[in-house]
This record gives sequence, structure tokens and C-alpha cells, in this order.
Amino acid sequence: MNIIVCIKQVPDSTQVKVDPKTGTLIRAGVPSILNPYDHFALERALDIKAKTGAKVTLLSMGPNQATAVLRLGLALGADEGVLLSDRAFAGSDTWATSYALATAIKKIGGYDLILCGQMAIDGDTAQTGPGIAYHLNIPQITFCESIDASGNQVVVKKLIEGGHQILEADLPVLVTMTMPPDYVAKYPSFMAAHKAQDKTIHTWTAADIGADPSKLGLNGSPTRVDRIFPPPARAKGEMFSGSAVELANKFVEILKKESVLK
Amino acid sequence: MIQISEKCVGCGKCTTVCPFGALSLVNRKAVASAACTMCGACVSQCPVKALSLPQTGAAKKDLSAYKGVWVFVEIANDGRTQKVRPVGFELLSKGRELATQLGEELCAVVIGYGTQPFFAELSQYGTDKIYSVDGPAYAQYNTIAYANALVTLIEKYKPSVVLYPSTYIGRDLSPRISSQLFVGLTADCTGLSVKEGNLIQTRPAFGGNIMADIKCPDYRPQMSTVRPNVFKKAVTTPGRMAAVVTESIPVPPQAAKVRVVNTHMDPPASGMKLDEAEVVIAGGRGMKDKAGFDLLEDLAKELGGTVGASRAAIDLGLKDKDQQIGQSGVTVSAKLYVACGISGAVQHVVGMEHSDVIIGINKDANAPIFNVCKYGFVGDASQILPRILEQLKK
Repeated sequence: MNIIVCIKQVPDSTQVKVDPKTGTLIRAGVPSILNPYDHFALERALDIKAKTGAKVTLLSMGPNQATAVLRLGLALGADEGVLLSDRAFAGSDTWATSYALATAIKKIGGYDLILCGQMAIDGDTAQTGPGIAYHLNIPQITFCESIDASGNQVVVKKLIEGGHQILEADLPVLVTMTMPPDYVAKYPSFMAAHKAQDKTIHTWTAADIGADPSKLGLNGSPTRVDRIFPPPARAKGEMFSGSAVELANKFVEILKKESVLK
Repeated sequence: MIQISEKCVGCGKCTTVCPFGALSLVNRKAVASAACTMCGACVSQCPVKALSLPQTGAAKKDLSAYKGVWVFVEIANDGRTQKVRPVGFELLSKGRELATQLGEELCAVVIGYGTQPFFAELSQYGTDKIYSVDGPAYAQYNTIAYANALVTLIEKYKPSVVLYPSTYIGRDLSPRISSQLFVGLTADCTGLSVKEGNLIQTRPAFGGNIMADIKCPDYRPQMSTVRPNVFKKAVTTPGRMAAVVTESIPVPPQAAKVRVVNTHMDPPASGMKLDEAEVVIAGGRGMKDKAGFDLLEDLAKELGGTVGASRAAIDLGLKDKDQQIGQSGVTVSAKLYVACGISGAVQHVVGMEHSDVIIGINKDANAPIFNVCKYGFVGDASQILPRILEQLKK
């Protein structure tokens, strides 16, 4: 079985701070991480590899520094990595991104299962996975907490409003993963990271994958930013400061005033 | 990279608005670095119109045939009974406003089996027409089957706008359709309006404390997803019955490649649902650990409310994902909302700002959360909350 896992390098959202004066993001010095949903999806691919001997190929799109997340994935046990990197991809919205990734997957070829995180934490759209599935003309199952593959089928646990479903699907299929609340990401040992240095990462341009330039970057992106603006300002309410006891007294007083407490 | 023309006067405004820090002044002219993602956020901010995105090669299409605001109405099906998911009424209500501004029809699209009993209620939200695709093959949601039905309808009737609920089904279906139709799709919009014939889709963007208006001027239909509770539902045409257009659309064989084995519904939650709670106690990164969140649980218990969390706290594992309040989580409108240790990024604020009384507790007097609070307490919530609990328990 051949599994391709799509991964993305994102800023670590738990470390991003907002400039109190300008309200803009302070990006300087914020570490980049492997998108947590992709990390989870990759671990599930490696579970399937352990069980069935599948080959796991990683695919990412981004600048050269995104090689870091491919190296992490290889150290965790993936077999090979592909980085799509080209200025021609700049300005891509989710339409152009899923087109480019799907075109690269066609070039890798021979795939049975495509795994993605449900979304990237720097965009939260959850659109790229289904977009890739459309461009590959294969079915998709999204928002899955677990996956098991055997023979030419997968069985997944998919979240729905107020519950979950068990679904089965014939290969090839694309599945997007979301981690259960108790999930803790695994990281490779120093030895594993060292050994993975010999694994191959291919870097491909738009021309290498034979992509249609009219579907890349801005050309392949229907959405445009009309304008950006700070959140509408509101009148500031009453402010209180003081010792914890003073503030607690004031808090209870306000609960009474607002008729929350009788 | 973004294009900067000779008109640049070196005012530097663009350097402060770039979400990626890619613009700087060199010799009193704006210069873009390799960090530029061509997001276009700076274009509208330049006072002398010196900034532009490179022209795309796409030939302009005639979009005048595209008319009508559509809402994909999701039928919730727990395996035994089915009903309209309430977000459908919210989207029809907002869709009515947009359709009136555009001078176009409002249409509901209902796909399922045995959905006719819902048409009368769906008609009351100013709905002019209902497109119905009904049959046993559509009894259960299937991505390929539903996407094919919608694409068939869209290609035949050419709407200008299609709105989807940002539910598990809406978020699975809409990107499949936008990919096939080669149109734009904006996720989790917090505002929708019309400007110069275009749908303006407002949402917090770029991960920062900034809002963006997104448009798709050269593509139709324009498509958006919206979380439940973002828009209010409003019956505007009680007693009216919309025209019903029934379409028979065969399901493609590929749909059978994915099969539902079984459906499990969680037992009704013991606690209150976040989006229905009158009192919400929310915690952020400032609550630091589980012990901090235990204080929130105690306060919620005393006040008869429930506990939610900001994205930052969810990422730290302090609360389950389904308790996330904000743009990509649950939208609440509580009578009392207490934000503890939450800085107040706009992604959070858009999910709670419609609450009646908002109280903030934060160590940082400059935290943006205080801009939306009726009462702001500058201090450490983990110190103040135990004192509050002592008093309440007396």
C-alpha cells in the first residue's frame, strides 16, 4: 500500500503574541511547527505502515525552510519527502493550493490512501483536503478521529454533530484527520532523527509537476482581499484594579447589580 | 510579489498593515521582501494607490447570467428522526437581506428523503423558491451524491451566491463543490454584505487581530460557510409558501465507494450546551493549567452556567475542542459572559461579543478583551476567583 500524507509548516499559535499598540501579529521569533492535525495524520499513516508494511510519502508546499517539517516526518518513520517550492505558487488560496498538491500527487503516482490534517491552524479553512480529493477524482472522508486500513479498504471513525459514524471506503480515498482530546504528539529520538538524514527529499517546481500556470498562484485563486480593518472599537466599560480581595468584592457586587445574584 | 508603482510617496502606511511584515521603506520608497505572500491586504490601504497585485491572465467571463441567493439547508438526521438544522433558518434570514439588496430571489436547496414536510416552515424566511432533490438515495449524507446534486443545480440555474452552514456536512461538501466549479469559498464568515454587486465576506484573517473583507469579483457563484448562531433568524413572510422546483438527479456510481456502517449519537450532555447557556465562564491561556480551569468550573456551578475556552487554551489541552468559543468554534450569546485570562484576539471576540454583560479579568490592563467588556478587572484570575468563590459559597 502507498500512503501520501500532506503536511504544512505553520507558526506555533500558542507562542504568537499581539502587539498591544498596533493590534497586529508579532511574528518575529515565533517558532514554526508541523501543523498538529497533520502530525496526528502522519502518526496514523505510520500505524498503518507498521501493520501492513505500507510506504509513506510526505508532501508539503512552502518555502525552503518547510524542509524542516519533512525532516521531522522522515525521522518519525516516513520513507520519502516531496517539497513543492516555487514563486509560481505565491498568492495561492485554497483552490490553487489543492490543485498544486493534487498535481504533485499525480506525479508521485501509485497512491492508495491520501491522509491530511482536517485543517491548518494558521488558516482554519478545512478546504484543501476535499479540494485535493476532487482534483484526483477520488472520494473523501473528513474529520476522522481514527483510521484502520486492510486489504483494499479503510474503516474510519468520523465526527458528526452530536456523535460519530463508522464508515468504510474502497481505496483509493482521501481522509482528513482530527485528533481526539487526549492526543499527545510523538517526537523522534535523536538517533531516529540522525538516521533519517539519509532519506530523500525531492524539491519540485511548478514546471516539474507539469502544472497548468493558469491554475497556479493568483491565477488559480478566485478569492481577493477587498480591504483589511481593525475590529470595530467599542466604548470601554468600567475598569477596576486593586487587591484580589477588593476585586472579588467588586465582582460579587456587580453580579448583584446585574441581577445575576439575587 | 506585490507590485509597487512610481506613485509611492514613502508614507509607510503599508508597512504597518502587512500581516507578514514583508513591506519596509528603503530610501523613502516601499519595498516588498520575499516574505510577501501576495495576500493583497495592503492594496486598499495605500492612500495613493501605488500598490497592486500582478494582473492575472484569466479572461473576464460574462457573469450577468448568475442570479439568486441560495442557501444549502442541512437536514439533521440522527438515524431515527430528521429535522432542519436551525442554522438553515439563520442563513435564510441573512440570505433574504442579501437577495433584497441584489434585487434577486432567495432560494433554499433541500437534499434528502421525505423532506417535503419542512417546506412550509422554510418558506417563512422570505424564501421565494425551494429546489428539492428528494429520494431514498439521498436519505443519508454522501459527499459525492450531494456534491453532484448541487453542482448539477448550480450549473443549470446559475445562482450568484451560495451559503452553506459551517457544520461537519457543510464543511465537507462546500470545498468539493468550489473545487469542481473553480469558484471561491470563504470559510466561517462573521459578516456578509453586498458592495457594487459583489458579496463581501467578512472574517478575522491572517491569524492576527485584524478583520478582512473577502470578495470574488471574477467568479460566480460566490460561496461562503457560516457557523451556527452567527446570524439571527427572522420570520419575514409568515404563511407564505415558496415555489417548489423538484429535480430528479441520479447518484453517480462513485458514491457507493464510501458506505456508512453505523451512526452513534452521544447521550444528551449532562451539562448545558454552550450555545444555549445563559451564563458562560470562559478561560484562556492566562488560566495556565487544569487547576485554573477547575476554578472556572466552580464559578460556573455557583452561577448556573457552563465553561468554555479560547483557542489558546484549547491548544494547550485545557479544554475539549467542542468547548472552543470563537470564529472557528462555537458562537455564544449569553446573558453573562466572564472572560478569565483571555487576551481578546478578534477570533475569540467575534464568538462572544453579542453577550449582554461581558466581564473581563486579565493581568494586562491593555489586553484587547477590555475593549468589549462592560466591566474590566485588572488582576490575576487565579488569585481573584478563589476569593469570589469564598463569598458566593457563604
